[in-house]
Amino acid sequence: MRTNRRQFIRISALGLGGVATAATAVGAGGSVLSIFDSSDEGPNINFKRYPTYCEVCFWKCAAWTHVNEDGEIVKIIGNDDDPHCNGRLCPRGTGGVGMYTDTDRLKTPLIRVKDGDKDTFREASWEEALDLVASKMKGIKEKYGSESFALLKHGSSGSHFEHLFKAYGSDTIGEPAYAQCRGPRETAFSATFGSWVGSPEPTDIRDTKCLVLIGSHIGENMHNSQVQEMSEAIDRGATIITVDPRMSTAASKSKYWLAIKPATDIALLLAWMHVIIYDKLYDEAYINKYTYGFEDLKNHVKNFTPEWAYGITTIDPSVIRKTAREMAQAAPAVIIHPGRHVVWYGDDTQRERAMAILNGLLGSWGKRGGFYLKEKLAIPKFPQPAYPHPKWGWEELGEHYPLAQMGITNELIRASIPEEDTKHKVKAWFVSGTNLVKTIPNKDLLEKALDSLEFLVVCDTMPMDITGYADVVLPECTYLERYDGIRSATNREPSVALRMPAVKPKYNTKPSWWMGKEIGERLGLGAYYNYKEYSEVLDWQLKKIGTSLEEMERIGVKKYERGSGPLYIGDGEDYEFPTNTGKVELYSTELAALGFDPMPVFTQHPEPEEGFYHLNYGRAPMHTFSRTANNPNLSDLMDENKIWINPRVAKIWNLKKDQEIYLKNQDGVVSSFPIKVRITERIRWDSVYMVHGFGHTNKKLTNAYGKGASDTEMITKVMIDPEMGGTGMRGNFVTFITDKNLVES
Amino acid sequence: MRYAMAIDTKKCVGCSDCVVACQTENNVPIGYCRDWITETVEGSYPNLAIELRSERCNHCDNAPCVRCCPTGASQIVDGGIVITVADECIGCGACIESCPYEARYTHPDGYVDKCTFCLHRVEEGLLPACVSVCPTNCMYFGDIDDPNSDISKILKNRKQKTLAPEAGTGPQIYYLS
Amino acid sequence: MKEELIISGRNLPNIDPHLHLWHWPISLYLFLGGLAAGILFFAAMVTLFGKENKFQGAVKWATIIPPIGLSVGLMALLYDLTHILYAWRLFAAFRITSPMSWGAWTLMLVTPLSFLWTLSYFKEYFPNWNWKEGLLSYLDWVIDFVNDNKKVIAWILVPSTVLLGIYTGILLSAFNARPLWNNSILGPLFLTSGLSTGAASIIMLSKSHDERRLFSMIDLVLIAIELFLIVHLIMGMMAGSQVQLEASQIIMGGEYTVAFWVFVVILGLTFPAILEIFELIGYKVPAIVPAMLVIMGGLIFRFVMVDAGQLTRYLY
Repeated sequence: MRTNRRQFIRISALGLGGVATAATAVGAGGSVLSIFDSSDEGPNINFKRYPTYCEVCFWKCAAWTHVNEDGEIVKIIGNDDDPHCNGRLCPRGTGGVGMYTDTDRLKTPLIRVKDGDKDTFREASWEEALDLVASKMKGIKEKYGSESFALLKHGSSGSHFEHLFKAYGSDTIGEPAYAQCRGPRETAFSATFGSWVGSPEPTDIRDTKCLVLIGSHIGENMHNSQVQEMSEAIDRGATIITVDPRMSTAASKSKYWLAIKPATDIALLLAWMHVIIYDKLYDEAYINKYTYGFEDLKNHVKNFTPEWAYGITTIDPSVIRKTAREMAQAAPAVIIHPGRHVVWYGDDTQRERAMAILNGLLGSWGKRGGFYLKEKLAIPKFPQPAYPHPKWGWEELGEHYPLAQMGITNELIRASIPEEDTKHKVKAWFVSGTNLVKTIPNKDLLEKALDSLEFLVVCDTMPMDITGYADVVLPECTYLERYDGIRSATNREPSVALRMPAVKPKYNTKPSWWMGKEIGERLGLGAYYNYKEYSEVLDWQLKKIGTSLEEMERIGVKKYERGSGPLYIGDGEDYEFPTNTGKVELYSTELAALGFDPMPVFTQHPEPEEGFYHLNYGRAPMHTFSRTANNPNLSDLMDENKIWINPRVAKIWNLKKDQEIYLKNQDGVVSSFPIKVRITERIRWDSVYMVHGFGHTNKKLTNAYGKGASDTEMITKVMIDPEMGGTGMRGNFVTFITDKNLVES
Repeated sequence: MRYAMAIDTKKCVGCSDCVVACQTENNVPIGYCRDWITETVEGSYPNLAIELRSERCNHCDNAPCVRCCPTGASQIVDGGIVITVADECIGCGACIESCPYEARYTHPDGYVDKCTFCLHRVEEGLLPACVSVCPTNCMYFGDIDDPNSDISKILKNRKQKTLAPEAGTGPQIYYLS
Repeated sequence: MKEELIISGRNLPNIDPHLHLWHWPISLYLFLGGLAAGILFFAAMVTLFGKENKFQGAVKWATIIPPIGLSVGLMALLYDLTHILYAWRLFAAFRITSPMSWGAWTLMLVTPLSFLWTLSYFKEYFPNWNWKEGLLSYLDWVIDFVNDNKKVIAWILVPSTVLLGIYTGILLSAFNARPLWNNSILGPLFLTSGLSTGAASIIMLSKSHDERRLFSMIDLVLIAIELFLIVHLIMGMMAGSQVQLEASQIIMGGEYTVAFWVFVVILGLTFPAILEIFELIGYKVPAIVPAMLVIMGGLIFRFVMVDAGQLTRYLY
């Protein structure tokens, strides 16, 4: 084992407790309220409710937090007026109570110190911790320039620190949700329709006649309103076509499940284009009026017949034709769903382009049952001076990837490694709300970067893996205990939601707006923080948009009329798409100008050698990434992942149900923990499947430590998307180690 | 008046929201659950069928747990809802042994507990917690003696089944397919 | 391939992965209940036939066991209750559909009677105690009262011990959720087993050869009936519904096959029966051996039925 300058400190070994305020037992233990308990008129009578919006995932459903007479949060129920959830939260939102009650939460600021020849954490006061962070930020600014201090973030807390960093003079900001998740689709749909897909996706599922899912597993990913609308669509008899090597829940509800060979999706998409074009299944008037590059596309897909695709994808040509016809018949009320986590094989922008092109051919963009024209309300910015102009930022770091529209985290990480040949260097990180260890593939790269940093601050609610590398750990209170920015997300109609604290922060935790303000003031940036409490900012902003803090505290969600025009593009209406040509670009001028393929081509990707299987990973509806693995309510539902193995493969390896095995990938990396086997017909014989977000290595996470295995560990081969720098992660293969003795400890 | 529940397995995605919602609504301790999700997979790749079911106490017409309770703690109230009165329960476990659906459990405080169709909510005119939270809207609850209720209408039109009808208990949760 | 699993992490204590809520306290109690019922039944019958003097073992010596046995059994039951502070609720109601309620009330009746019965022989157990003075003089009065009304007590005991013996079986068979138990043979089977273990105890504690001979013959008949009922039990299950068929597999090739056939049927019933036949024919067999085997067989039988029954189920 090599010795790192930056040792990973296991918070578990330190027995740090902080001040535990009346910690209720994990979960909601205690006596149940018997129906006939004479002292009670009913359990819910004296509950108070406070509006909030959920932070467990990015869907941001508005909800009511119910607090009982003892001041404890008992349940969280969706806000009926909210279009994101329609009054029904998903299991993670409902289980948000566990985020609050989890006794493993970070409780007090921690500072890394040397204890003999080892590194350890000691508890510190907020004064100390914030002073240290501010002084380091000052130091980096003086020595290298503020640009060299990077912010890696996710979620609502991230926006507070983004404000701090921009004021401080750093635009070196990245969120894994771009290059490790949805980046390629934004670039692809941008190139085709001139518009990002965004969050939530503007898919008009409730009115669709045909929903096509390419690897997307709605139902296992709990994008709330999408799951609700898919259910409505099923009720109305909509056709669902799922393309997935695994029988996902969505596949089980599909009329057609195309059990495709992994890594061959582009071939299928090209074949579909071929059928739609050559069988004249498209609306000629639409194509003539709204699209650009049809003839080029027609020429391009001439040889990509279903028969050709069959040889690559193993999907029967008749099925390819049938499904293409079904899509065309439903057009324009058809959705080729862009998916979300789309960084697979390195040619992801092209694959998403293929999906966008199909949507373009079928005319679904801006149509009922396809994609609606989303709108969100702009929230006015609280008065502040203009941000300074840094000398370089995320754009410069991502210069190799001209089509990247946000910071590319992996490039930011590379710039943090002195040996890497990058024009700019990053010297310190501030990480907020993202567990990089389970997010960034290629552990070696990440650890090298962490090792080279001069300073690392981590702000989180839980002792996630990344906290072990920090110099300073800032414990944040959960979303239930704080004010945050107004939620204004794109949807069919604009709406805003308020988040306010239902209870005081537990232990010695603080909200991130406060941390940002305190650090900012220490840096002399008080002008950017012209308020005492964040609620002042909210009230000011809300008054500007025709409501007030007081009203929002009563109603939680306020809806507004659309201002940007109708929800859909009218038939034959003159509409200019925000692209170079003003039309839907089937042939992308933007990509061509930069020397990329203007139309997608199929590339063969490496196949596993004998004894190895494609590593597929995905979501479970009761968890969000690795964030919820320790949540007592949610780990009660699922506390570990299992590896799905086809029965034929299990027979070859002589595996039994629930047998524990270790995984080894093509680069020889072995999983830290064993994982149990699930023998199921739902997975193809050349693949295995596991849910992402388990295999936590921090002992302080008492519910999650050592449970299941981490798929991120197994992802060492990363295929970079040349257009926008996304990290394709599905090109890894695993084999099994059944004999524990063969695994080094 | 006879309360019953219908669950549409075509729409259920097995997300377990009903399990968490019940837990937070009814203070069910962590490690225990009043309802659960089962998954059945049949066939061989790629010709497969999956059924996902949210199961709980079926509030049977001919409830064996009520029949065998020695103290009368297990009883049926208006509407056919089967409840267990904690103060009358001695914790003998006979009802647990007698339930073919394994729906009951011993609460850490000593008495036997199970799904109550959220009687406290039904009395206020609300739906049980699980029904009101389900993101796929696949659960229906109401009076099957009333021909105009949502549940009566959906049961009239859909193919349905109950679990282990051969046990003779008369379960009142209908799974639509 | 059919895969069936619970995906919401259900892991209820004592219920998952399979039901194992009732353990040794219940099996022990069922055994002791049956044993006490058997002994008291014979004691009462002997008394009613007027043969108390001839069959002292039955009325005087074996009857020491029921009060001790029933007390131990009751304590085991109370130990098993999880909401024990409310145990008095059992006697605040009588539920006609609940065999457990029947049992509670029957025990309420039989247990005091068994104590009184044993008490009635105290002057014969301890003739040297000073029965005329102090506390013992009150006891003396009670003993005389009981002895004067022995026949009445015996009349009460006959039906109530039969009820006690049979209810231990009906308790289990009333659970239609456990296919191994849900048949109408279990009641009579447990009663016969109880009577048989009772007879065996009488044989063990008897001091008279004639008594031992009589009860050996009674025991033989009882064992024969038991074997007959067991065969019927299995035949019934194998001709029953799918769940019953699967339930019968537990003792016909499954985990409890050896325990059932070797320890209960062979060592607990057949072998002692053969020994008793030999003894009746004329060979010298120490009476205690078949008696112990029968009692042990009865105990193991209860354990097997309680444990195996909980493994059987309708779903999953």
